[in-house]
Amino acid sequence: MREIKYEDIVKSIRDSIMYSGTNLPKDALLKMNEAYEKEESPVAKEVLKQLLENADIASSEDKPLCQDTGLAVFFVRVGEDVKVIGGTLKAAINEGTEQGYKDGYLRASTCHWDTRANLKDEVGYNLPAVIHFDLVEGDELEIEYAAKGGGSENVSRATVIPPAAGRQGVIDYVKEVVSNAGPNPCPPLTVGVGIGGTFEKAVISSKHALFRTLGSVNEDATLDSMEKELVEELNKLGIGAMGMGGTQTVFGVHIEKNPCHIASLPVSVNVQCHSSRHTVIKL
Amino acid sequence: MSKTYNLTTPLSEADVVQLKAGDIVYLSGIIYTARDAAHKKLIDLMDAGEELPFDVEGSVIYFVGPTPPKPGDPIGSAGPTTSYRMDSYSPRLINEKGLRGMIGKGKRNKDVTDACSKSKAIYFGATGGAGALLARQIKSAEVIAYPELGPEAIRKLEVVDFPLTVINDTYGQDLYKIGRAKYEVK
Repeated sequence: MREIKYEDIVKSIRDSIMYSGTNLPKDALLKMNEAYEKEESPVAKEVLKQLLENADIASSEDKPLCQDTGLAVFFVRVGEDVKVIGGTLKAAINEGTEQGYKDGYLRASTCHWDTRANLKDEVGYNLPAVIHFDLVEGDELEIEYAAKGGGSENVSRATVIPPAAGRQGVIDYVKEVVSNAGPNPCPPLTVGVGIGGTFEKAVISSKHALFRTLGSVNEDATLDSMEKELVEELNKLGIGAMGMGGTQTVFGVHIEKNPCHIASLPVSVNVQCHSSRHTVIKL
Repeated sequence: MSKTYNLTTPLSEADVVQLKAGDIVYLSGIIYTARDAAHKKLIDLMDAGEELPFDVEGSVIYFVGPTPPKPGDPIGSAGPTTSYRMDSYSPRLINEKGLRGMIGKGKRNKDVTDACSKSKAIYFGATGGAGALLARQIKSAEVIAYPELGPEAIRKLEVVDFPLTVINDTYGQDLYKIGRAKYEVK
């Protein structure tokens, strides 16, 4: 058994959230610079220039990159030989989230689904966090965090297509979702795609796909070729940065697959805005 | 070819009819913030025949819910939110109250663009996700209504050279359609 202190988890999460809120991760910054170089539309180029400048200001003035600092989403891989001392892992993640959002002057964005009342006093500042746990072998604890904004979440979609639609069916659906989204999710986008599993498994996979490092290669050759084809096809849509027309609509497409039922082919598309704030904490 | 304008609020009809989709505008003066929750309250007041918390005639509403300000700052990060959530409210503010401008990001529906043509109003886009950069152009902020809404309260902002792009003009043109058509490869 390896013991990890509750307060160490809280502090790591707090610090990571505060840093993520004001510092665009290297992979996203690299893609943004690349998009700026490649963009042919002067209007979209100006938008990308503003976004690069924004990243500079946010980092140097310690000011949030975007006012939508998101709901806090976590994928947690807990080793079976890990024991948290002084509290539960779930409570530590929530406490770290509350401290990070509060101390970082980030926005509390959780509300009641119907009354729309902010939950900061009733439940906690930007709580509850959205946490996906996975129990794994070993004695390590890995926590992936992303700030998930509302604009890009609002255009995300999932469906179950006929198995006969196959590869092309998946590609057509992703194109349809991104095309319909247009300017709304703040392109250039990272597009997470979850294929297979049950309905909810596909959705969770599409979310997890967003956490992968931009520019990394998919180890599955079929998925890798689909990702490359989709990047090309989605850029042909002409949406461009902030939808004002251009050649750079996506930073990347990340696909995760799961075995599925003989009768179904679930497909989920989770969209992330250009401000792809994500990080990994290892304890 | 896109033109660049420097305008100061309140905006007149003459100010806005010269603008075309794709033009750049640096806006200065007083603007007001409101998101869906505040819009709903404004419409409720109109239905009840009561006065609105600010004079809408010639004004510009910014769809934004800023982050909390750090001590000493007038405002936190303050970029635009997605505008379609205000689509069911904006036409009445334009047609009945003389709203001249809206600042947000993303598509508007036909009711809004029709109102822009009919009553001469502009839908401006600000760069989504550029909250730190845009906050620099905001010199002061004061909550003037609905403090209980937190980030969604109505704030009176003083802005200087706030960078905007005309998305929907008073002639029914839409930059999202024009721009995309130009770069779409079929």
